[in-house]
Amino acid sequence: MSANHLSELAQDIVKRALAAGASDAECTIAEGEEFSANVRMRELENLKEAGSRGAGLRILIGRHTGASYTSDLSDDGVAHLVKSAIELADITTEDPHAGLPDPDEFGTLEGDLGMYSDEVAELDTAFKIETAKRAEEAALSSDPRISNSEGASFDNHVGRHIFANSRGFAGEYRSSYCTLSTSPVARDGESMERDYWYTLARGFSGLEAAEHVGRMAARRALRRLNAVKVETQKVPVVFEPRTARSLLDNIFEAVHGMNVYREESFLAGKLGEKVASDGVTVIDDGTLPGLFGTSPFDDEGVASRRTVVIERGVLKSYLMNTYAARKLGMKTTSNASRGLTGNAGIGHGNFFLEKGVQTPEQIIAAIPNGFYVTELMGFGVNVVTGDYSRGAAGLWIRNGELAFAVSEVTIAGNLNDMLRGIEAIGSDLEFRGSVAAPTIKMGEMTVGGK
Amino acid sequence: MQFSESIFAARFGITRQDLENYLGEALSQGGDYADLYFEYQVTSAIGIDESMVKSAAQGVSMGVGVRVISGERTGYAYSDDLAPEKIRKAANVAAHIAAAPAKVEKFDLNEGHKHNLYPVLMAPTETAFSERVELVKRADRAARAYDSRIFQVQAVYADNLRQVLVATSEGRLSVDRQPLARLSVSALARQAGGPPQRGHAGGGGRMDLDYFLKEKTPEHFAHEAAREAIAMLDAVEAPAGEMTVVLGPGWPGILLHEAVGHGLEADFNRKGVSAFSGRMGQKVASELCTVVDDGTIGNRRGSLNVDDEGQPTRRNVLIENGVLRGYLQDKLSCTLLKAESTGSGRRESYAHIPMPRMTNTFMMAGESDPEEIIRSVPKGLYCVNFGGGQVDITSGNFVFSASESYFIEDGKLTRAVRNATLIGNGPEALKYVSMVGNDLRLDEGIGTCGKEGQSVPVGVGIPTVKIDKLTVGGTA
Repeated sequence: MSANHLSELAQDIVKRALAAGASDAECTIAEGEEFSANVRMRELENLKEAGSRGAGLRILIGRHTGASYTSDLSDDGVAHLVKSAIELADITTEDPHAGLPDPDEFGTLEGDLGMYSDEVAELDTAFKIETAKRAEEAALSSDPRISNSEGASFDNHVGRHIFANSRGFAGEYRSSYCTLSTSPVARDGESMERDYWYTLARGFSGLEAAEHVGRMAARRALRRLNAVKVETQKVPVVFEPRTARSLLDNIFEAVHGMNVYREESFLAGKLGEKVASDGVTVIDDGTLPGLFGTSPFDDEGVASRRTVVIERGVLKSYLMNTYAARKLGMKTTSNASRGLTGNAGIGHGNFFLEKGVQTPEQIIAAIPNGFYVTELMGFGVNVVTGDYSRGAAGLWIRNGELAFAVSEVTIAGNLNDMLRGIEAIGSDLEFRGSVAAPTIKMGEMTVGGK
Repeated sequence: MQFSESIFAARFGITRQDLENYLGEALSQGGDYADLYFEYQVTSAIGIDESMVKSAAQGVSMGVGVRVISGERTGYAYSDDLAPEKIRKAANVAAHIAAAPAKVEKFDLNEGHKHNLYPVLMAPTETAFSERVELVKRADRAARAYDSRIFQVQAVYADNLRQVLVATSEGRLSVDRQPLARLSVSALARQAGGPPQRGHAGGGGRMDLDYFLKEKTPEHFAHEAAREAIAMLDAVEAPAGEMTVVLGPGWPGILLHEAVGHGLEADFNRKGVSAFSGRMGQKVASELCTVVDDGTIGNRRGSLNVDDEGQPTRRNVLIENGVLRGYLQDKLSCTLLKAESTGSGRRESYAHIPMPRMTNTFMMAGESDPEEIIRSVPKGLYCVNFGGGQVDITSGNFVFSASESYFIEDGKLTRAVRNATLIGNGPEALKYVSMVGNDLRLDEGIGTCGKEGQSVPVGVGIPTVKIDKLTVGGTA
């Protein structure tokens, strides 16, 4: 369907909802085409290609809400969509805070945000398969101990996102991405380890070279070989950017407006307080061209913006949609996020920790005995209490150098103490997705082992 | 249900001849095998928060996935439009994987044997919303009434009715109607000055709405969530290091799912990337351990009459008295490994390629009295509730997060212990199982398993089990 047609359809769905009795309505339509090629041990394994689309509707009748979605955009499908949302308003409770954003909050960023590249849709299938093969080959041929592989894949997606509401907002944007990854298996005697590396960009030209991806993945798998389990002890812990990013995910959950108003976050009620060490500045920015958390407007039609969440250790703002903001007596920060349907949830733009001055090597060099974490496992983070306990693997730091591989251990602490205990932040900030962090050093955590 | 009664024949007018034509189109470039997977799914969800029903949503999704296998290669395409020209287009895209002369085949589609594990006349999705909304309201009231220290309650009721049709070039034609419902409750408790603590409970399965009215009521789940939140108010920090761990019965069976289940999925083993690869017939657990994956238990969340490749599900013994006995197979691995089907080919939806997956994974009961197991431990940890888990297939290392535990001191349960991750190595951890209780229990029906981006509902179960050595990841 053409862009115009889908945009008209969204506005038509809103009108039909109003005609059916809704006092307000919001419609999201998403359309996308996906492609995926997997190769393994130098042979093509899977090829997948398809397109799909769907529409979601949320309505209000007074302060009662209802929501529906469908993948059937036929006239009957749309009629059913409208009826389904309307009938649900009967069972929801009147909620004084429910509603669309205030009229002056609607808006969209102008100019090219670099979210879409024509070249993605034009890439040739054979070329994409070849690119994946080159990445895997670079891993396989880099060391005799790389004896096996879980393969390599090249994926791409192009999509169109449309949003319209009954207050006159109508907007749309296109997006694209492609990604290349490989996951080699290293073996040395009885020890077998796997790791991966990937590159992701809005257009093909933004990807790292296939050979680099393969070599990085191989290097990562190799350095995990012959890992040992260390004694239980308290030591400084360094998170490399890939694992540091997960700490940003934890901070996001803690400043998530819904968790905050429910007091389901260890950062609830701490606005203006010192919650992290001086070097910690955390930003959410949905306006940075070319990055993955960028969009012209959020999923309620509010223009994307930059929000300082933590500034030099002080908690400055939560991330909110309209609902959470009203519950907290604040203003939306343009962080509404939803799939096709339901009430808006909260998401982030580009959510990152500002970089520091030391290189990762300098940070490691200053540690006589510590743990460099390259992999985290499991879900042992309780954002209510801040309790943190996760499975970990990585390298042991001995006298300022990465000395040997460690696995089957845990790291534990409490996020309250961990954020205050950040002693160093690396200069190596890089965006490989919408959440990013440079290397982080925590003063002390418990490593659970033997 | 027969093909002729299915929504695909009755509402969309799809005939056997159509299916054979689409399969023919899929194999038009050659290839060894093709299948079609039609799906029509209706979902609904109702949420309560702050005693207000703040969200209610329902939706419909439908589509068809076409797969062609040629040697080790798979071509896959799907359409969310069931119009014949769209299905033919998907079949042609999938066909490109094969590049050999087309074999002339006639697909004599026959409906084979299947179970009738969830004979639900009216699926929860088909009942009135006015009945279903009461479930979250009752849960909210019951959790708040449980204890005055409960200050936040959220409950979500969600159900879906998935209708599927699988047609394969080997002539298999399967239709199934798969109802699923779940109620989850989360409660926050606080006492003077202290930080809040959370408790969580939930369950359901492939049953009718009566289940929540007569067997596992909203009050049951609400009390369980509130009880856990209150218990955690006085909890102390978890210890760190290796110790004796006793797992309570039921949901702690997630240990098996992570420690052995994933590692025994045939795709990883066919590729030789699992820590269990090449260990068939070897001892991988203490002889007290017999681990089964059973997709045929009536009304369970992880059960299916047929898997997502149209094969009847089965009861598969993975580990028998400590010895590795079997892998979980999908169509592709069966063909390549020349193995028998285990009915384990599953996929999240029509937009996904099937993979070997678990159904309901549990350990058979042993002979020990659960109380005697706890009495036998001078110092250790008793874990009764867990959050999620994860495994690194290749190294075999797995974790799972204990959300409610108690210290065992001199054979008695003492203080409650806060969140702690447990970590172990799959082929090693179960060798330290020294006692297995006679109290096998399956979980209440809340598990969702993720693998390579695809989520499917699963079940787990375990009796009380004593593991002599496992690493606990606390701070104390």
